[in-house]
Amino acid sequence: MAGISKDEVLHVARLARLELSDDEVTTFQGQLSDILAAVSKVSELDLADVPPTAHPLEIANAWAEDEPRDSLPLDEVFANAPDRDDDQFRVPPA
Amino acid sequence: MIDTLRLTAEEAKRLLEAREISGAELFAAYAERDDDLHAYLCRCDDPGGEGIPIAIKDVIGTKGVPTTAGSKILESYVPVFDSTVAASCKEHGLRLLGKTNTDEFAMGSSTENSAFGPTHNPWDPERVPGGSGGGSAAAVSAGLAPWALGSDTGGSIKQPSALCGNVGLRPTYGTVSRYGVVAFASSLDQVGPVAKNVRDCAWLYSIISGRDENDSTTVEVPPVELPTAQDLRGVRIGVPKEMNDAEGIEPGVSAAVGKAIELAESLGAEVGECSLPRSVEYGVACYYLVAPAEASSNLARYDGARYGLRSDGADFREMVMNTRHDGFGDEPKRRIMIGTYALSSGYYDAYYGTAQRVRTVIRREHADVFERFDLIVSPTSPTVAFKLGEKVGNPLAMYLNDLLTIPSCMAGLPGLNVPCGLSEGLPVGLQLVGPQFAENLLFRVGHALEQALAFDVVPERLR
Repeated sequence: MAGISKDEVLHVARLARLELSDDEVTTFQGQLSDILAAVSKVSELDLADVPPTAHPLEIANAWAEDEPRDSLPLDEVFANAPDRDDDQFRVPPA
Repeated sequence: MIDTLRLTAEEAKRLLEAREISGAELFAAYAERDDDLHAYLCRCDDPGGEGIPIAIKDVIGTKGVPTTAGSKILESYVPVFDSTVAASCKEHGLRLLGKTNTDEFAMGSSTENSAFGPTHNPWDPERVPGGSGGGSAAAVSAGLAPWALGSDTGGSIKQPSALCGNVGLRPTYGTVSRYGVVAFASSLDQVGPVAKNVRDCAWLYSIISGRDENDSTTVEVPPVELPTAQDLRGVRIGVPKEMNDAEGIEPGVSAAVGKAIELAESLGAEVGECSLPRSVEYGVACYYLVAPAEASSNLARYDGARYGLRSDGADFREMVMNTRHDGFGDEPKRRIMIGTYALSSGYYDAYYGTAQRVRTVIRREHADVFERFDLIVSPTSPTVAFKLGEKVGNPLAMYLNDLLTIPSCMAGLPGLNVPCGLSEGLPVGLQLVGPQFAENLLFRVGHALEQALAFDVVPERLR
């Protein structure tokens, strides 16, 4: 693992919708390179015939009954909203 | 005078039922105790009643009580509904003392990543209480709560219990509902109890466990048995050599754990060596790919639109990016970026896909060991509590704290920390790990060892 470049840090931050200051880019570049080098260890094993595990339990098709239920009252839905316009969350224009 | 440092929940129940103390006196005994360790992020008024008080980690949603997950991005968040576990506690009459400190989004091993400042270790305030659930563990050991709820993704219940000298259970994945709990890594997160002894731990587990229709990953749970046996006859205990000889395990930790294993043998257990080579060698790397990948997805919801912090921005995208910049601390940012990288186009197979296959290797290795043994033992943490600030500048060194707790978490297995002695005047934790749904066996073995070890759970400086 050759480490991660500044451009890659910025690319990943953009994908993750994270604004970063110049100082943060520099700090994270070093730290993320170290961490990626360490976790790359997983590639040492021969895993050709090993299936992936996404989840530790053997649960399949955990269906719930499709029954309508009351939702929360609107005032509770919006209780934590930074900004509200009637029955909608108000955000800056896209 | 109620001695909150020693009073167990079981004894509190007896005193309440015998009317030797009132519910109000019991609650006040905890609520009036000074929290100079910063175990709590907020403390609650007595809601009334005769139930036993409890502290709850601040990643667990509590209706009408702020739930911040230790993050500025949720600083103003007050849930409008209870998590299933908080509702279960209420149904059993348990009264909320307060919400305990945590590393931000439960990401950390020292509680130093909390946006609201660290918690201090009750045995030595210059040291960390472990993490992420350092607040719950410190509260229980410092007499600020009889018991508490924590959450564990890679060791966040077991490791703080080890460093604070109390009993903590990370239950089998799927036995306790995650509904209403702030999500970190959904295939790993489990809520569990922290207590002063194994019987209280088992009792609290019986209150919070069980199938929940609001969490499709939960399953029916075998009835919980409060342990009584003093002996370990017929129990086969495996000692994985890699988990007991690993580089970085302090000699004092090895010595205390070694004595506990000898004690288990003298109580009638059959003890034998076993091996988990790849689980130990590759566990941390596997975890620090899988958990950040899931975290990067879970934390995508914090966009400033519907709840939590919102920063200014000229348009929607800028508002979201500024909100996440201002609201997340360094550790969530690091993990979001590692996870996003591991899932991104061109890297998915090499990182996330490979880690998922390693996870299968870890599961299989544990399954093989449990063909021959009923449970396995090791230190919970390679070290005793370290100094505040000692590892904050080096995230990778911090991650290695989780070396011994991570493998069983990856396999979805239950793990119990039982304090087994002191090293340099600080508690050492013994980790008991069993196959899925083996909680009753862990309680039995933990209880028998606890009786024989006679470890004093009250920090020396508070006695």
